[in-house]
Amino acid sequence: MRHALMAGLAAALAAAPGSQALAQMEDPVAAEFDRFRAVLEQDNPAELWEVKGEQLWNSPGGPKKASLEKCDLGLGPGVVKGAYTQMPRYFADVDRVMDAEARIVHCMITLQGFTYAELAKAPFSSATRTPDPVSIVTYVAAQSAGMKFAAPQNHPREKQTYALGKEIFFYRAGSYDFACASCHGVDGQRIRTQPLPNFTRPEKALAAVQGWPGYRMTGGVMHSLQWRLTDCFRQQRFPKPDYTSETLSALISYVTVNSNGQVYKGPGIKR
Amino acid sequence: MKITTLAMLAGGAALLASCATGPGATRSDAISMMKRDFKTQGIAGLDRLNQDKVQAACDQHGNNPPPDVVAALQKEQMAAIKWPADGKLVGDWKAGEKLAQNGRGMAWNDKGPVGGSCYNCHQIGPATTSFGTIGPSLYQFAKARGYSEGVQRYAYGKIYNAKAYNLCSQMPRFGHSNSLTEQQMKDLTALLMDPASPVNQ
Repeated sequence: MRHALMAGLAAALAAAPGSQALAQMEDPVAAEFDRFRAVLEQDNPAELWEVKGEQLWNSPGGPKKASLEKCDLGLGPGVVKGAYTQMPRYFADVDRVMDAEARIVHCMITLQGFTYAELAKAPFSSATRTPDPVSIVTYVAAQSAGMKFAAPQNHPREKQTYALGKEIFFYRAGSYDFACASCHGVDGQRIRTQPLPNFTRPEKALAAVQGWPGYRMTGGVMHSLQWRLTDCFRQQRFPKPDYTSETLSALISYVTVNSNGQVYKGPGIKR
Repeated sequence: MKITTLAMLAGGAALLASCATGPGATRSDAISMMKRDFKTQGIAGLDRLNQDKVQAACDQHGNNPPPDVVAALQKEQMAAIKWPADGKLVGDWKAGEKLAQNGRGMAWNDKGPVGGSCYNCHQIGPATTSFGTIGPSLYQFAKARGYSEGVQRYAYGKIYNAKAYNLCSQMPRFGHSNSLTEQQMKDLTALLMDPASPVNQ
């Protein structure tokens, strides 16, 4: 089955459209990748990290030997169900807007006694190691599967954070004059064979948040939205944003609010 | 360490609490926030967050600045193009094809020669079907436009600084930003302009 799909993929690549106009109509390469992903989603390896994340959430950990069961993800201490699709949101205790992973890291610092420095030292997955916050955010995200994105825009700081995220999205700078919008501001474009969804449009913005956290076939590792956006900045030829910084929460706010009202399918699978 | 974290959070709150209101306020707040939150990584320093006049004009006007601004800045960009001293604009198309395929360069840990990243966005030679569609197709570039020195100059100039021709173009300014060398830009020009290049078959 997978072999047949790969053959289909190769055929689609060979028949790739010869003009931009054709590519914008229907991209056979993108369609084949979508079919390939749909098959793999039936046995998504992300479930392994979801289970690990649940154990980490419920077990005593860190210097304080405390679990995360009192962590407030915005719906009250310990409430995990539905929390992921209602973030980023404003948290009065830190006076800022936080996305899910930023909030989990905050809880690991305040409840379990970890330091930001140790959690931020190597925050992204490699072939041999998945950092605990990545597993935990996978667990938390899975508890919102099937729910609609509803990132709140009630508090003034939530509105402000969305506006800041929008500014960052369109900010052109660096060696190549790139903004996020250079690749993700127009419909129907691809970079090489990779489709580039237009995140400024609600029905396309969903592609920025759907499937994250996700099991990435390239390298076979579990990655979160924090990693995805950080790596986008690398490709944008920008310097590196701090892990769980307000800059990243603002960008996550921009793409999540743009996706509000659409159903989140839970941790996914990525190329 | 916890104190450092709290101080950092407090610093962030102070930064945002000091926001001015009115048009442009969010833009300057976003820039301050990025300058606080980004750190140098490998070859990518914080100076890359500073916009030059072209980036700022395009950003502030949704990539569509007023015509007088466009004309003045394009003239400035054009005047800054360094044309090859030997007057030769066309190098080796085979070296150009390799460069066009190479999408590396200028990011955090990139080492060695910078690639042209051309196929990321353009259709070029007919053998490569995994091309991007952000830029127009360049297949049959000179066959369609002619092989004159004027077209050579246009191709070289556009690679050197696309913003001299179209201010808010999405294409990087490979010469202006010192990303590609003169020889590399000549080789890319050859890929587009050499009658023997697969582009013109």
